[in-house]
Amino acid sequence: MAGEHWTDKLDAYLDGELNAADEESLRRHLRECSACAAEAVERMQLKRSVHDAGMRYKPDAAFRARIQQSLRSKQRRRYSWSWAPVAAVLAAAIVGVALWTTHFREHMRERQLVGELIDQHVATLASANPVDVVSSDKHTVKPWFEGKVPFTFDLPDLQGSPFVLVGGRTSYINQSPGAELIFRLRQHQISLFIVQDRATGGDCGTPLAASYSFHVQSWGSDGLCYFAVGDVNAEDLNALAKLMQPRG
Amino acid sequence: MKARWFSLYGVSRRPPPGESFEDLAMPLFDRLYNLAHWLTQNRDEAEDLIQETYAKALKGFSSYQPGTNFRAWMYRILRNTFLTSRAGLKSFEPLDETGEDIAAADEQTPESLLLKHLDLELVRKAIDGLPVPYREALLLCEVEEMSYQEIATTLGVPMGTVMSRLSRARRALRESVRKLQGE
Repeated sequence: MAGEHWTDKLDAYLDGELNAADEESLRRHLRECSACAAEAVERMQLKRSVHDAGMRYKPDAAFRARIQQSLRSKQRRRYSWSWAPVAAVLAAAIVGVALWTTHFREHMRERQLVGELIDQHVATLASANPVDVVSSDKHTVKPWFEGKVPFTFDLPDLQGSPFVLVGGRTSYINQSPGAELIFRLRQHQISLFIVQDRATGGDCGTPLAASYSFHVQSWGSDGLCYFAVGDVNAEDLNALAKLMQPRG
Repeated sequence: MKARWFSLYGVSRRPPPGESFEDLAMPLFDRLYNLAHWLTQNRDEAEDLIQETYAKALKGFSSYQPGTNFRAWMYRILRNTFLTSRAGLKSFEPLDETGEDIAAADEQTPESLLLKHLDLELVRKAIDGLPVPYREALLLCEVEEMSYQEIATTLGVPMGTVMSRLSRARRALRESVRKLQGE
């Protein structure tokens, strides 16, 4: 009769689940105990038989093909569904980044232009000779610019307005030649820069931000762009803008 | 030295990243079908079971963690699908798994089995006669060559229960084979 202690372990031994020490002990025992050895052989024979007998059923080739086909079509659907939102999010992100970049670049260019205008205005105020042509007469100032800037412009009659024309000088905005007219309003000085539209990079007429307590007002007319810069308030700059474009 | 004398699949087949569900699941198709047929004992129901298993597995593939045992994962889906089917509900009657089994050693001498060549049809008949919980544990061990741990994972039971079921299944099988041999 096989020892109970050993037969308990036979299945685990034949299944390869015994630890190394128990496996070695059992193997040694099997060499000495014919009853346990016979039991082991019988169980192994049954194990083999179950393995062989267990491989019994084969699926139809057609059934297999049908499942495979169905997997492929479902996977395709899954991929197309799962990629749709990803693609949409990516597209939205790309458009978002592009818009933000454009907006950011415009914002930076605008800030750069405002900075340049204010710098020039301040430099003019600080200059010992703020104007190259000193005159309050528009018929003196306007002709002075002929041949100095590649355009001409109209100057309004300032009679009855609080603005006084001080004079003018040539200027450069974005590396383009332009006219700078200096007006006085009460104790304040206002620079009015006039350049060709194409020199402004599309910022003509757009509302420009105030910076360092200076206000900048911009408008366009007849292919020219006007920038009024001063430490006056925005309403005063608007009033000057209205005077400069009587037709509008 | 391990006593296993055949090896058809590695114990855990780890999928390299990027393998599709089809790449992983189709090589298991024949074997899953074999087990499905053993469980349902009917071709149509086996096909339904496989179809449902693959559909569920594909649907849940995103929850499968790469690097874990894909084979055990598939078998568990098959087995759980079967459990909730009409045939499965009928076949899983409560088992008395508390009594002694291993200690109740065979009273007969083993010669009757040892000396006779085992007829495969007879063994199949004996396997068919086993309660489903014993049949599935035995087939996962002997046909699928799963480790006890892998069977435990597949069936969702502790290792001790796997060992107990295997022991009972084998004892019942031996008795059944002897009985059939005597007929």
